[in-house]
Amino acid sequence: MIRPFAALDRRTVIKAGAALGVTQIAAPFVISARGETPIKIGVDNPLTGTYAAPGKNENTGMQLAVDQLNAKNGILGRKVELLIEDSTSGDAGTAVQKARKLIERDNVDFLVGNVNSALAQAMAQVSNEKGILHIVPGGHTDGITGVNCKWNVFRVCNTTRMEANSIVPLLFNTYGKKWHFITPDYAFGHTLYEGCEADLKKLGGTITGNELTPLGVTDFSAYLIKARAANPDVLIVLVQGNDMVNCLKQISQFGIEKQLHVAGTQQELESVEAMPPEARVGIWMFEWYWKQPGTTPGLDQFIADIRKRADGKVPTARTWFGYLTIHAYALACEKAKTIEAKAAAKALADLEMPPEIKMQPNKVYFRGGDHQLMLSAFIGELLHKGDGDPENLFKVNHIIAGDSSAPPVSETGCTMQIPA
Amino acid sequence: MKPELQKQTKQWVRAAGVAAIWAALISAPFWMPLFGGYTALGTRVLVLGLAAMSVNFLLGFTGVLSFGHAAWFGLGAYGAGFVLKWAVLSTPVAVIAGTLLGGIAGALLGALLVRRRGVYFAMVTIAFGQVFYYIAFQWSSVTGGDDGLRGFERQPLDFGAFSLDLLHNDVYFFYFALFCFAVAVTLMALILRSPFGRTMIAIRENERRARFLGIPIEFHIWAAFSLSCFFMALAGALYALLNNFADPRVFHYSLSGDFVIMAVMGGMRTFWGPLLGAIVFVVLQDYISSVTVNWMSFIGILIVLIVLFFPRGILGLIEQRRAA
Amino acid sequence: MLELTFFNVTNGLIIGAFYALMAIGLSLILNLSGVINFAHGGFLVIGGYLAFTLRPYIGFWGALLVAPFLTAIIGFVVERLLIRRLYGRDPLYSLLLTFGLAFIIEDGTRQIWGANGLPFSVPEALMSPLSTQFFFITGYRMFMVAMVAIVVGVLFVLLRYTRIGVRIRAGTLDLETVAALGVNVRALRSLNFAVGIFLAGLAGVLAAGQIGLEPTMGDSLLMPSFIAIIVGGVGSLTGTLLGGLLIGVASGLTAVVFPSASEAIIYVMMAIVLLVRPRGLLGEEGMMS
Repeated sequence: MIRPFAALDRRTVIKAGAALGVTQIAAPFVISARGETPIKIGVDNPLTGTYAAPGKNENTGMQLAVDQLNAKNGILGRKVELLIEDSTSGDAGTAVQKARKLIERDNVDFLVGNVNSALAQAMAQVSNEKGILHIVPGGHTDGITGVNCKWNVFRVCNTTRMEANSIVPLLFNTYGKKWHFITPDYAFGHTLYEGCEADLKKLGGTITGNELTPLGVTDFSAYLIKARAANPDVLIVLVQGNDMVNCLKQISQFGIEKQLHVAGTQQELESVEAMPPEARVGIWMFEWYWKQPGTTPGLDQFIADIRKRADGKVPTARTWFGYLTIHAYALACEKAKTIEAKAAAKALADLEMPPEIKMQPNKVYFRGGDHQLMLSAFIGELLHKGDGDPENLFKVNHIIAGDSSAPPVSETGCTMQIPA
Repeated sequence: MKPELQKQTKQWVRAAGVAAIWAALISAPFWMPLFGGYTALGTRVLVLGLAAMSVNFLLGFTGVLSFGHAAWFGLGAYGAGFVLKWAVLSTPVAVIAGTLLGGIAGALLGALLVRRRGVYFAMVTIAFGQVFYYIAFQWSSVTGGDDGLRGFERQPLDFGAFSLDLLHNDVYFFYFALFCFAVAVTLMALILRSPFGRTMIAIRENERRARFLGIPIEFHIWAAFSLSCFFMALAGALYALLNNFADPRVFHYSLSGDFVIMAVMGGMRTFWGPLLGAIVFVVLQDYISSVTVNWMSFIGILIVLIVLFFPRGILGLIEQRRAA
Repeated sequence: MLELTFFNVTNGLIIGAFYALMAIGLSLILNLSGVINFAHGGFLVIGGYLAFTLRPYIGFWGALLVAPFLTAIIGFVVERLLIRRLYGRDPLYSLLLTFGLAFIIEDGTRQIWGANGLPFSVPEALMSPLSTQFFFITGYRMFMVAMVAIVVGVLFVLLRYTRIGVRIRAGTLDLETVAALGVNVRALRSLNFAVGIFLAGLAGVLAAGQIGLEPTMGDSLLMPSFIAIIVGGVGSLTGTLLGGLLIGVASGLTAVVFPSASEAIIYVMMAIVLLVRPRGLLGEEGMMS
């Protein structure tokens, strides 16, 4: 009887493992000669699981920003160091643990994260407890700059209310007043629906139905059957990520977009890239898009820089979130002349983003009252067959300013308590 | 050496080992930072170690493979969370409530499961665990759904004359968790040493023979199962307090799997093995995931290697060496 | 209302057929080798991604044919190198092994093909719905059902009428005797495992056409397969087939009245079966206890 792995027994494995282990443990104790201590930025974002793609894109944007800063003068003359941890896509325990690790063990000066709103909020509790400045690049739940707003937490991506307010009037005027919804059954979905419902009712529209779909469902036939039977003017698809991809695929497979108009609020390039061409239908809102009408300062350079780092792919809104996060922090520290959290936070509030950072028309700034970034909404249509540029999957028709679609601070439920 | 002396030496060595373990645990917040650790990591190891020991109580000592034990862990976590969020602002009450919720649910559902064994039992426990995951995920009005149960935090312990701020002081909370851990572990040890515990081991060794001896097998398995659920739920309650958060992932079968791995890694048939396994697993995962984005592959390979080459785990290996 | 019910029941059957395909592969491996293959979802993912990579060279039909075989070969290698060593031991170990494998597969696919979802188009011919009335019965769904029916049919025929098939069935009931009769049990197990993985790979290619490709897509399909086996009865392939179809239909029916519970119903069914008839609908008493 031949046993090919007879040689690979326990002893060999232990010895190999020990040798490997020693080299690994030795590494952190290597002290490199450095002049001034660097500013440490801790990133606690998903690198594995469902949100790995947006998380990775955000990190790419951040890395570019850090390299750009270090090529010049760093922040206040000090180099910037990015410490990256995987928060996983849904394990709050790990995300919180990594946040603590970054803050307590690695002594970061600034915390960034998370794509997953729930994890972002859990991390915000920790950062607030420790008094560290914290920017959430891509976690969408309203509470982060609403009911749960904190003096040290800022958020880049928009709120569900902003999304609804930006697109609902447009769709109403273009398509009609009877709407049917497909809503993901979790907090984000519910608030998004409520926002759309409120805006629609104000304009005088009616809702023919709201299908609540469980997260992660792959088959939307039952809901689409019902939606079609209700015969609305517009079918609003609020599901995100993979759910969105499947829903749109099935919509085009069933030929539904031929009978009624299809639209939604938020769309992401990561999802669109995962769709086959025939599923690219409807009117949507992107939080930032790389191909814009007219000329935008800094945009071409940004696209070129990102292509080099992302295997030739174009930047997505997520890339831009990460990029802006780091530069915003740098600008705030420069303005406050210190990296101390309270001073930096004060400086960041209402600070206007310069053209090469914001890369869009309209004024972009973190609103002082709730620390929500007033970013523009890029509204347009998904391109079935493209417009000559095989990379361009979306045509931007309107760019609506953030502060015109954001509800006033008094309506967000945010009562910011700024410590002395 | 004379047999008497040999036996006494063995007992001394064992007692010294246990004393060393407790000494290390009690002084943990002081020596951990020297190795790049931090107190919250220690508390996490403690809580997950308790969970691994609870699984081992059933798996290593009774021989029953439950791969869905995270269900009771999760119930403990949500139970503690519910109490703090809606009922009483008291840490001890939350811990007790969580323990009871998970334990009682386990006892009730255990009655359904104990007639099956082996692989089929494992499958059913996996599916059951997922039922709870699913409920936590879907019943968002009560559990917060995918966003998790938030809005509660650990309350200070009021002793009249002074109070310990468990929320802001990581070290105090570590000692609170250590206290609960000590209580649970002492109970476990007492049970295992009792006639009931001996019966459990007899069942593990040879179920048929035990049955012929007239031992009510189903009852014993159900009792062992239920007890392990109580311990598991306690660990879960502590976990919720550690994070000030409870999310559906505490029910997922991958967490159940992690507990089993810790138990196997440390030594499935030993008492302290799972704690050792938890230390290695948590620290390793924490370290590897900081170093590489492919940490999942490394953990997967580690599991495969352990299963193939080190099934007895660390303590199991050591005991084997000593016996030889 | 009746129309809606008919729509949803038919839809449920289509979904159920897919669950059945996954579950039968899992069941084959479970019955003969006593291994709960946690990595089954991972092999599904491998099948799908291989099809994606092969597609530009050999087209959709070529990929459909080749990818499951390649996946089966990978499965065969895994069985021979890793799982085979664990047969004599406590079933815990093979379970843990497949659990670890699932991690490696998920990370590996993410590393090779990227974290972002990938589109997988099916041929034009299959895409359009059968009619405007039955708009949700697309050609592709019908194709999926047809594929499942053919493959399962061939499998049942093989199991019933070929020597190897008889040996596998006999091995499920009493492996010791089969070995004593001079059958090479090792080779049998390897082959059986490979067949199970073939089915997973095929399910992956079919799933890719339906829901696209994503490294974590195997997870959500693993649980319904488990439940199909529990409901249908451990030890019985027909039971598993029935179980898959049943939970699919139940899911479809629930979608008519209470859409958000359409997933919960399969867990409820499992609970009912465990309470009322613990061995499953067609399960044999004494199997796996």
